Amino acid sequence: MNSLVLIAVLRSTLRQSTPITLGALSGLFCERVGVINIAIEGMMLTAAYMGYMTNVWTGNLILAVIVAVLSGGLMALLHAWLSIHFKVDQIISGTVINILAVGLTGYFYQPGTVTKGKLQSVAVPVLTDIPIIGDVFFDNGPLTYAAVVLVFAVNIILFRTRWGLRMRAVGEHPRAADTLGINVFAMRYINVVIGGMLAGLGGAYLTLEAVGSFERLMTNGRGFISLAAMIFGKWTPFGGWAAALLFGAANAVQTQIQFSGDVTIPHQFIGMLPYVLTVIVLAGFVGRARPPAAIGRPYETE
Amino acid sequence: MNAQTGELALQAKGITKRFPGVLANDNVDLTLRRGEILALLGENGAGKSTLMNVVYGLYRPDEGEVFVKGRRVRLENPRDAIALGIGMVHQHFQLVPVMTVAENVILGAEVTRAGGILDQRAAAKSVGELSRQYGLEVDPTATVGELPVGTQQRVEIIKALYRHADVLILDEPTAVLTPQEAQELFRIMRDLAEQGVSIIFITHKLKEVLAVADRIMVMRAGQMVGETTPEQSTEQSLASMMVGREVLLRVEKQPASPGEPVLQVEQLVAFDERHHRVVDGVSFEVRAGEVLGIAGVQGNGQTELVEVLTGLRPAAGGGFQIDGKAFRKPTPRQVTGAGAAHIPENRQRYGMVLPYTVAENMVLNRYYRAPFTRTLVLDHRAIKSHAAALVQEFDVRTPSLDTPGGNLSGGNQQKMVVAREIGRPVRLLIAAQPTRGLDVGSIEFIHRRIVEQRDAGVAVLLVSAELDEIRLLADRIAVMYKGRILATVSAQAATREQLGLLMAGIKDKSESAGESDDADRALAAL
Repeated sequence: MNSLVLIAVLRSTLRQSTPITLGALSGLFCERVGVINIAIEGMMLTAAYMGYMTNVWTGNLILAVIVAVLSGGLMALLHAWLSIHFKVDQIISGTVINILAVGLTGYFYQPGTVTKGKLQSVAVPVLTDIPIIGDVFFDNGPLTYAAVVLVFAVNIILFRTRWGLRMRAVGEHPRAADTLGINVFAMRYINVVIGGMLAGLGGAYLTLEAVGSFERLMTNGRGFISLAAMIFGKWTPFGGWAAALLFGAANAVQTQIQFSGDVTIPHQFIGMLPYVLTVIVLAGFVGRARPPAAIGRPYETE
Repeated sequence: MNAQTGELALQAKGITKRFPGVLANDNVDLTLRRGEILALLGENGAGKSTLMNVVYGLYRPDEGEVFVKGRRVRLENPRDAIALGIGMVHQHFQLVPVMTVAENVILGAEVTRAGGILDQRAAAKSVGELSRQYGLEVDPTATVGELPVGTQQRVEIIKALYRHADVLILDEPTAVLTPQEAQELFRIMRDLAEQGVSIIFITHKLKEVLAVADRIMVMRAGQMVGETTPEQSTEQSLASMMVGREVLLRVEKQPASPGEPVLQVEQLVAFDERHHRVVDGVSFEVRAGEVLGIAGVQGNGQTELVEVLTGLRPAAGGGFQIDGKAFRKPTPRQVTGAGAAHIPENRQRYGMVLPYTVAENMVLNRYYRAPFTRTLVLDHRAIKSHAAALVQEFDVRTPSLDTPGGNLSGGNQQKMVVAREIGRPVRLLIAAQPTRGLDVGSIEFIHRRIVEQRDAGVAVLLVSAELDEIRLLADRIAVMYKGRILATVSAQAATREQLGLLMAGIKDKSESAGESDDADRALAAL
């Protein structure tokens, strides 16, 4: 493999992993406060659509990203409302959102719309000149950088701040948090919405930075792979990121094999690679991961 | 502020709290002086916890007032109570197991630097200072879930002190502790009181009250029925105040008349989950019409021994016979079929199914037989009439037969288990910690039933960590230590001190097990 191919695979790895990283962080915010989020897929898809349409109508990319983030947050608010306020089973509530997102975006999707561009790569001066590393890490779109920065930021928030301590307490032992004067419901609402906004950013990445257009069902299971990445990463930001990079690499390799053209395996099988990896990883390694203790259980005050 | 109210740390006047169908607190008054240990004594359901939850802001009273340091206060929620210096250690600890001691202590009252970043070092330092000042030894960086229960309790106390509590409410603090841990807690309580912390100690254990309290207030059926001091009272007088009638702390029983052996255990060996040999060649027999008590400090193999005998754990060596029928690795159903009843030490885990109704719980050991099952279908009418009879006979206080078993009080849950187990003809009763965590009335009831079974010719194996209980009920006492039976002595001849020494593993080398008189002499010489 020559260095050009290597760079291409590594660049592709980072980019493929970006929406999964953001999705994993999204799941993290919800699940660390005790709310299961299988709706990352739906939040991402909604945001991808809303961001895209905003771009179509206004041509303002920054506004488009903001709308995408807010629409992810809005879907999350629905999830929070159903599962925290009405104590609907969190899996059901998440499924509702996933189905709703597919339905809404499919119904309102207008084929043939064109945007006035997408977010462009920003090369970091000096650093981009480092061989290989510069090309891979320091010549990316803004949302790819943002995902990496967010991994570090979320790690600090979760393990070093008052907010994070309270998040973890609410997800592990809500009653204990409650007796110490922490508002369990507010903590859950706010963090689920933040989670939705992160999924929204992942959706924005798909239509506003990676592809520049929208298709029906374009998230293509990335939300669910995000969830797997979060679990594989044991509900930590760095773990989730590492898992996302692994899936990104599987995708990049799979694409590269298909491009190289001299493989006799049918492309459908190669295309399965990242998904097969998900199954193997979840089945083989996750046994020992321990979710937050209060996950999936609505909080009941006495 | 006058002198009299000035020394009062806390006062509740005329507290009335109603729940649907229950008058939990009926015009209750309570006073707590600065630096005193007040024992709040009462049976389960007497209203102690309700009163404390009012004082801690968890419940709002329908009538009455609370004064803190002489000033009238409104307590809307625990935050208000915390701000007024009231701390509460709940019976079920409110700790996050995966977090460190320091994190648990500061949660909700965090020390932060700019941007909400936690100041972990300052937190660890103040936890360290508190633990030194009050003799509450604990490592601030340890993960709470890995600490023993007694240490977790210290974390709870530190949590309250960290919030500057000078009134500390301890809700049944010894229920989860070993006797040694309880002694340590009493030392801590005295230290705290000496440094000006006022303590309310909720309990129904009489010995503890006499050992640690400065003053005692007794509640019964939602009312404050009396106030006394340890000097003026005895266990007997406190029990009577608590229950409202004369209580027999001693069970009347005639000398046993043992018949043929029912349970014969031979060289039994068992391993625990970590593959330690926790039952190491145990042999004994229990005859019809006698109670054999197994004494010993918790964790010396008693639990595993009972599990083997009830079919919950396979024997790794040796075996046992029930009425001459040999078993090695029986299923629980085979043991039940052989006429054995089992009152498990963890009733909520092994004794009942919490969400099942009282009626369903009453047939767990024979639902599969007629008349409860006809061909393949449960006969609910038969199950209910069976349960109705047992509820009556064993005085199980339940709103209805359809109430989930988990909704009953601890004492009534245990009565339900006992009713199911001995509410049919049995040959052998295996009772493990049968009165753990129960109130005096229930204890008395269950003790009487055990003796009744004995007198009816049932062989009874009683395992208990409460030495008093063993001495009260057993005819012979076997002391278990490190998986072996160190000695078997006659209950009449054995003194508390002798048994205590055996429980600590101290035994004269020249002694052979089983010859009780010699053992006594040897021990008396120690």
